[in-house]
Amino acid sequence: MDIINKSNRDKLAYYLLLFFLIAFSIATLFPFLWMISTSLRTDVDLFKNPMNWIPQSLYLDHYKEVWTTIPFGRYFLNTLKLSVIITGLQVIICSMAAYAFAKLKVPFKNTIFVLFMANLMMPWHSIMVPQFSVVSSLGLYNTHSGYILIQLFSGFGIFLMRQFFLSLPNELNEAARVDGFNEWKIFWKIIMPLSAAGLSTFGIFTFTFMWNDYLAPLIYLNDDTLKTLQLGLKAFQTEHTMDYGLLMAGTLLATIPMVIVFLIGERFFIQGVATTGMKN
Amino acid sequence: MTSRRLHHYKSYMTGSLFILPAFILFAIFIFIPLVYGIMMSFTDYGGFNIKANFIGIRNYTKLLSDDYFLISLKNNFVYTLLFVPLTMLFALFSAIALNNIWHLRKYLRMAFYLPQITSMVSIAIVWGLLFNPLSGPINHILKAIGITNPPEWLMSSQWALFAIVLVAVWKSFGYYMIILLAGIQGIPEHLYESAKLDGAGKFKQFLYITLPGLSPTLFMVLILTIINSFQVFDLVSVMTDGGPGRSTNVLVLRIYQEAFIHYRMGYAAAMSTVLFLIIMVISLIQFKLEKKWVNY
Repeated sequence: MDIINKSNRDKLAYYLLLFFLIAFSIATLFPFLWMISTSLRTDVDLFKNPMNWIPQSLYLDHYKEVWTTIPFGRYFLNTLKLSVIITGLQVIICSMAAYAFAKLKVPFKNTIFVLFMANLMMPWHSIMVPQFSVVSSLGLYNTHSGYILIQLFSGFGIFLMRQFFLSLPNELNEAARVDGFNEWKIFWKIIMPLSAAGLSTFGIFTFTFMWNDYLAPLIYLNDDTLKTLQLGLKAFQTEHTMDYGLLMAGTLLATIPMVIVFLIGERFFIQGVATTGMKN
Repeated sequence: MTSRRLHHYKSYMTGSLFILPAFILFAIFIFIPLVYGIMMSFTDYGGFNIKANFIGIRNYTKLLSDDYFLISLKNNFVYTLLFVPLTMLFALFSAIALNNIWHLRKYLRMAFYLPQITSMVSIAIVWGLLFNPLSGPINHILKAIGITNPPEWLMSSQWALFAIVLVAVWKSFGYYMIILLAGIQGIPEHLYESAKLDGAGKFKQFLYITLPGLSPTLFMVLILTIINSFQVFDLVSVMTDGGPGRSTNVLVLRIYQEAFIHYRMGYAAAMSTVLFLIIMVISLIQFKLEKKWVNY
């Protein structure tokens, strides 16, 4: 819309709203700004000048100390490993199922689909107790593989990818079949490469969710060598409640990878959220 | 077998194979636990392969007189009553505002969405420090503007739940803002144009076009936020662990404590069934009301 042709009153209202939104966005970002500012100052400085936002001199030691005070590197690698494996496998498994729901013949297809989608309404929290029993009776408690296995099915992912595959024309499959491709080949060589946008949305969602997961690792991963960043941060907080700077440096380091993922995949992210909104 | 039937059979096989991995995972890790959980709720199971005894509905009758459980349930309802309207208000306001703004749009969207991608644990830690009654900046600011006795936030049983709700709203509204923004942009432009020709102002356009057009999306956001509010755990666990006293204990935290700290899994399974029923009822209400309430 063209702002220039509008009356002065409209222009004033526009800029007032813009000004208000900018102020509101700074308020929203305030905890992040405070986190950065705190991590860059000595604790003495922090308690001396609580309202002095820009540190007088940059103090970087907190960022070094974090790695030695707790096994930050190990937590980081564990989290990265689990997030990458789960994202990769979940995307493949759910895309395969979604492809069958969208394009193939399956006995009892609708029943199975309804069953899978009912999972969307059922919170994981309501089955976490018996699921723990099942996983530990399989001997998978306190292992990374147990945690990975419970995360591989996603009703949301199947729904999202099915919507995406449905939008691809059936002629594509038919042409490939005429050329002698089997379904497996069609799926990998034609459908998946064409679905980069949908796969990115799904992948970024899953990766972020896994990186930030707290309750499931809390239940399933007990050994210090297996723990993830979120568990590490929580333990760190309990032990170092008073080391503001150190605590904020650790928190910031654990957050940065997600911010990078977000900035890279922003477009897909927004698109993905918007898609969930148009579900009905 | 005729070749046509053989072909039929083969294509069914292929489809089944594509679904098989997801189906096995679903069966073992979701469906079996769901059934097993309901069975478990009628036992005194204590976890780790200890023998369980069938005790009928005793877990459920115990829930009715369990103060700790009832307080957590009440806290959770209070949380929902605060969280849902506040989140919807912030989300709706920022979505409408963003839809009318052309400058800095990408930045604003990012600023409002950033809390959403940050982990609950990080957020809970940062806000825990911000809310510190003595050294935290929030009370410094409140004192600076002349409030001599600012609340003790997380250390006060009156304010702690409210403080947690504020953080939850701050974290979530950006997500629902995006959903609503997509909803607003899905309203056909020609409706606004004909309204303008009829001389309707911005406010009337909002009242008679945006709101009705947005009602399906608003309704969905309402349901999502309610369901979401019954799953709150991370924030409470990190910020207060249910305290001070029992003032911020909520349903999922209670289930977690019973199951994984006290190893009363049968009892925790009964609580889980209650959680499941609450969410089922909300979903059914959605299903029933959607057609009546929503104005397409």
